[in-house]
Amino acid sequence: MAGSNPNAKPMNLTLNVWRQPNRNTEGRIVEYKVKDISPEMSFLEMLDVLNEDLLHAGEDPVAFDHDCREGICGSCDLFINGRSHGPEKGTTTCQLHMRKFSDGDTITIEPWRANAFPVNKDLSVDRSAFDRIIQAGGYISVNTGGVPDGNEIPVPKEIADRAFEAATCIACGACVAACKNASAMLFVSAKVSQLALLPQGHAERKTRVENMVAQMDKEGFGACTNIGSCAAECPVGISLENIAMLNREFIVAKATSNNLA
Amino acid sequence: MLLDSKIPEGPLAEKWDKHKFNVKLVNPANKRKYDVIVVGTGLAGSSAAASLAELGYNVKAFTYHDSPRRAHSIAAQGGINAAKNYQNDGDSVFRLFYDTIKGGDYRAREANVYRLAQVSVNIIDQCVAQGVPFAREYGGLLANRSFGGAQVSRTFYARGQTGQQLLLGAYSALSRQVAYGKVKLYTRSEMLDLVMVDGVARGIVTRNVLTGEIENHAAHAVVLATGGYGNVFYLSTNAKLCNVTAAWRAHKKGAYFANPCFTQIHPTCIPVSGDYQSKLTLMSESLRNDGRVWVPKTVEMAQRLRKGEIRVQDIQEDDRDYFLERKYPAFGNLVPRDVASRNAKMMCDEGRGVGSTGLAVYLDFAEIIQRTGAEAVSQKYGNLFAMYEKITGEDPYKLPMRIYPAVHYTMGGLWVDYNLQTTIPGLYATGECNFSDHGANRLGASALMQGLADGYFVIPYTIGDYLAQTAPKPVDTQHPAFAEAKAGVQARTEQLLAIKGTRTPDQFHKALGHIMWEYCGMARNAEGLRHAKTEIQRLRKEFWSDVRVVGTGEELNQTLEKAGRVADFLELGELMVDDALARNESCGGHFREEYQTPEGEALRDDENFAYVAAWEYQGDNQPEKLNKEELTFENVKLTQRSYK
Ligand SMILES: Cc1cc2nc3c(=O)[nH]c(=O)nc-3n(C[C@H](O)[C@H](O)[C@H](O)COP(=O)(O)OP(=O)(O)OC[C@H]3O[C@@H](n4cnc5c(N)ncnc54)[C@H](O)[C@@H]3O)c2cc1C
Ligand code: SF4
Ligand code: FES
Repeated sequence: MAGSNPNAKPMNLTLNVWRQPNRNTEGRIVEYKVKDISPEMSFLEMLDVLNEDLLHAGEDPVAFDHDCREGICGSCDLFINGRSHGPEKGTTTCQLHMRKFSDGDTITIEPWRANAFPVNKDLSVDRSAFDRIIQAGGYISVNTGGVPDGNEIPVPKEIADRAFEAATCIACGACVAACKNASAMLFVSAKVSQLALLPQGHAERKTRVENMVAQMDKEGFGACTNIGSCAAECPVGISLENIAMLNREFIVAKATSNNLA
Repeated sequence: MLLDSKIPEGPLAEKWDKHKFNVKLVNPANKRKYDVIVVGTGLAGSSAAASLAELGYNVKAFTYHDSPRRAHSIAAQGGINAAKNYQNDGDSVFRLFYDTIKGGDYRAREANVYRLAQVSVNIIDQCVAQGVPFAREYGGLLANRSFGGAQVSRTFYARGQTGQQLLLGAYSALSRQVAYGKVKLYTRSEMLDLVMVDGVARGIVTRNVLTGEIENHAAHAVVLATGGYGNVFYLSTNAKLCNVTAAWRAHKKGAYFANPCFTQIHPTCIPVSGDYQSKLTLMSESLRNDGRVWVPKTVEMAQRLRKGEIRVQDIQEDDRDYFLERKYPAFGNLVPRDVASRNAKMMCDEGRGVGSTGLAVYLDFAEIIQRTGAEAVSQKYGNLFAMYEKITGEDPYKLPMRIYPAVHYTMGGLWVDYNLQTTIPGLYATGECNFSDHGANRLGASALMQGLADGYFVIPYTIGDYLAQTAPKPVDTQHPAFAEAKAGVQARTEQLLAIKGTRTPDQFHKALGHIMWEYCGMARNAEGLRHAKTEIQRLRKEFWSDVRVVGTGEELNQTLEKAGRVADFLELGELMVDDALARNESCGGHFREEYQTPEGEALRDDENFAYVAAWEYQGDNQPEKLNKEELTFENVKLTQRSYK
């Protein structure tokens, strides 16, 4: 094949896959075998092979979420061998390639585990809690039209770069799955930081952080105890500094709140 | 039906302003009495839904994704064009207009393209105000780069993740309206049919993909922002779930489908590595600003390279053919996508391709890395280089990238008039879903521009014109047309489940993709296209007697979803072939081998083909009817594109 390692040998693998018909039914691990897996395949292509095998056998394929398959949409979300998105650092499940595994390996594949992310089916979970947190304030309130010229709001490059870094969160939920408290602090802090850093976001700075944190709590995510597993497993490298920034923003907001309610 | 593009009278530069003045306005107190359905929450859909809700309409927004932020728009890398002329390098609305018309090989409508260039500047302002973290200069002002063959720097970007940042901006505006209760968001809901009442669009039928429930939704107008159909080729740079179903269902209800054969093959994608390949990954075009494209000068050397007898590092400068720089000295590596793609294919056809399959050319960064250092290159392209390495296992800082063309974008789509209304009253199409602005070839960084122009700045005006002429009476799903459409969707679902054949939807999809790529891909000819047509018909028949879907319709059933989409692709594929056959010329992404210049460049026929081909559905298994919208050019002179 055209890849880097033409001599790489196909692999045979054992997969322990979480199967669960729907939200209200108990799930369990089921063992499957897959054969002739090329090391050049992506992890999801390996699951495609499993699913085609299952379909031919008349069995229900394994449901999992995916779309872009290039690490940007945040759809894919597998807990592989006990780790969010598997063994490779800084990598989403869809960008994980089988060359990271070896012939004969047993791989355990589970959905994200968190009360705020109920299982839809098999490996697909419901992450709509993230949308509701954004709806609580993860925006700048401007209507279409009637805004100033783009260059009338200069933003120092370092600030713009930091805001960009925070804005690259793909809302995959790996941070929640990696955290023993199932906290969503890294996700929330990334948006809070992005908008707090930018001058455009200053007007709503205080209410935003209060409302987003309140929604986060309401969704049933756990508390942050500063362990840092979230950032360690985040596929796009969202940094813990964002959590520090959220905490600062939150304290200032509480002390000087604009929330009149 | 006579196609009326409804282009306003008057000089090009005044059309849009005049039109905005002439459109009817909905009384502000009445706006809340109108319901609008927006299907799709990518750039085009989110921007439209948010803007319409801000105006006061009640919006229902639908997506089959679990969140609007997952739409395919998120994957756009390189940037978004706007005629800001911040760089003082001679850009202007007219130049952006001119470049887009020319780049589209003179197969787009002047008035639409001019408007697009006009509103491009507002898009940037809007996105900045939303907090989109565009790249900045040290002085704090917005940075630009030149992109995809443009000779001015008019592209705004957010590292290699521009689509992500723009979509998150639109998503935030949408989320705000959801919070206000002005948008009701339906995620994991797939539109499976359009409902018409008394000849106008009145609603949609959706399937909740988690529960399988089939639902009716009514509104005064429907906007489709459902993206492109590149996945008809199976392998493309599009996200896996992109499909034509929404547009195709509307087509079968009477919306004309325009220029279906105009597909864009992007020159810089990571080559296929095996049969299991599920999608292709784009390496942003911005890389061509600094990377140099080459193959070995001789077939013999290429062969030795493919066999692994020599390494790429062993090939001396003199033995490399920088074929784009050689053939197109003026534009070099920055020739438009169609030209770059076709030349890469030519090199591989000659036997000078690289990689073990021989279906790849090099994109080399050695020179820029030497000139500016790896750190500077990483600043610009870091995430792309990292992605390349993850997929191929090779380090592009050390070895040249291997790239090959792949299906990327579809210029064709639902026919719309100047108001973005389809041939069905009350049904609008925006973004990649419509055919409107890119002619036969889209320039880099202009899809994001178009999607957001449509959603933020065009549809809010033009849909008002239609609604102002519609009575503000409540609409509901009581009309028998709803029950009928719902029953149709149910019956089709049951039919797919009942076949219980031997081949999976993916197998059919791959077979279709193979036919499309072979015969309706980078180069086409009449004989091949006729062959493709019979092949597709055969495959479609087999599909309906042999496809295998397991499980039920009352649960999350991803195979069932896929089967429905493949069924529609099997119909669209045939129309693409018909369209390619009917267009006896080469233009932009449509290269008919019979029509080329002695140098092998596309040979247009403006005399006979300066029209939009708008296809009209005539019933199952009936040939579709070709309607033509003649294109008139009053502000640009039609020339053979030359990038020499
Ligand atoms: C890898 C890549 C890179 C690109 N880079 C650039 C770039 O740098 N610059 C540029 O200008 N363009 C770029 N493009 C093109 C550009 O990204 C797309 O053309 C554009 O984003 C399309 O936006 P859209 O809103 O029309 O559709 P999409 O973003 O595809 O959104 C479609 C929406 O419709 C929904 N949908 C579809 N069908 C249904 C249905 N039946 N029922 C319910 N919902 C449905 C989906 O859920 C989704 O929300 C790139 C494209 C690719 C593939
Ligand atoms: S912070 Fe990282 S791990 Fe958490 S949702 Fe965002 S991208 Fe995923
Ligand atoms: S499938 Fe989009 S990030 Fe993995």
